[in-house]
Amino acid sequence: MSKLFSKENKAAFMNPLNLDNPVTVQVLGICSALAVTAQLEPAIVMGLSVTVITAFANVIISLMRKTIPNRIRIIVQLVVVATLVTLVSQVLKAFAYDVSVQLSVYIGLIITNCILMGRLEAFAMQNGPWESFLDGVGSGLGYAWILVAVGFVRELFGAGTLLGFNIIPASWYAENGGWYVNNGMMTMPAMAMILVGCIIWAHRAYNDRNAKK
Amino acid sequence: MEQMLSLFVRSIFVDNMIFAFFLGMCSYLAVSKNVKTALGLGVAVIFVLCVTVPVNFLLQTKVLGPNCLVEGVDLSFLAFILFIAVIAGIVQLVEMVVERFSPSLYSALGIFLPLIAVNCAIMGASLFMQQRIGMDPNSSQYIGSVWDALVYALGSGIGWLLAIVALAAIREKMAYTDVPKPLQGLGITFITVGLMAMAFMCFSGLNI
Repeated sequence: MSKLFSKENKAAFMNPLNLDNPVTVQVLGICSALAVTAQLEPAIVMGLSVTVITAFANVIISLMRKTIPNRIRIIVQLVVVATLVTLVSQVLKAFAYDVSVQLSVYIGLIITNCILMGRLEAFAMQNGPWESFLDGVGSGLGYAWILVAVGFVRELFGAGTLLGFNIIPASWYAENGGWYVNNGMMTMPAMAMILVGCIIWAHRAYNDRNAKK
Repeated sequence: MEQMLSLFVRSIFVDNMIFAFFLGMCSYLAVSKNVKTALGLGVAVIFVLCVTVPVNFLLQTKVLGPNCLVEGVDLSFLAFILFIAVIAGIVQLVEMVVERFSPSLYSALGIFLPLIAVNCAIMGASLFMQQRIGMDPNSSQYIGSVWDALVYALGSGIGWLLAIVALAAIREKMAYTDVPKPLQGLGITFITVGLMAMAFMCFSGLNI
């Protein structure tokens, strides 16, 4: 049991959460990180889907890593990922139809999400299934927290709600005699880019300071 | 004809792959350091889009759609696997053909051709095309024939090329500016793209 949670395994799980974050440091999987974060709920669902798919794709590829011929490995990886994405998309359609409509093509685009190919190529092709599973979950969650952070800010300031519940008191709004107006700019795609830019800024500044100590 | 023109202009400016849907972001950020390589990748993307989207359109309407192969069977849940297989296959094929018949183009495109197989703009265009088949035929986003699909692919490709060349030009100039250290590189690039996206928002009311 102690071997299962050794230091290396812990590092494989923890590093992608902060120091080696897939979005802010490795710049992978940006497309979907920006597009689905106008509200918190689709951001959470997207983050979870990517975590599940990365984890299981990592396990499957790492189980097959010794039998996959090197020349066609990209196609094999794509097929494994595409199968998992089809499963997740069907499950979402069955149990969370509203969210799956909101996510529209971006669920399908998990196939070409660079986090998946990056982790498969860089980690699962060299390591055993358990390590790969931890690495997949770590990378997925590292991606998910950025999504949730961006989604939180955009929904709170763009619509005054969180997960659909009103957070800003109704009496604050200008039409009810208050002083507050929602910032419609936040729901626009352009603002997502700027927010992610600022998160990267803060994240790097924080990590640089820690590295210097 | 008029509908095609409107589809073309819309897909370049209004439904721009980068600024409206953030597709193909990874290679967009990685390969926009100088104008020349950006142009090469942009041309390669246009090329691959114009081949894969019409092929996937035929696949969707003749094989996958409801009642196509077998009466009463809708196979469209297989779309993800088939589309990605078509894209990976065609990219491989295009690579071999270009290498055989035009070595100069091949060496100019270099590493970009194989990379394009995993560019989300390519997959995204096919998935949007799949959605738009079911749209109202009078809408300017409707795709009803192979020609519509080709025009849509060409427009999206040109939009992507415009975006990447513009960003590359800005980044070349930005190399001389004094940016705070943690913001350098990726951070400032994101903010630049955000401002460019804001500028492109003024096209959103465009109607032909």
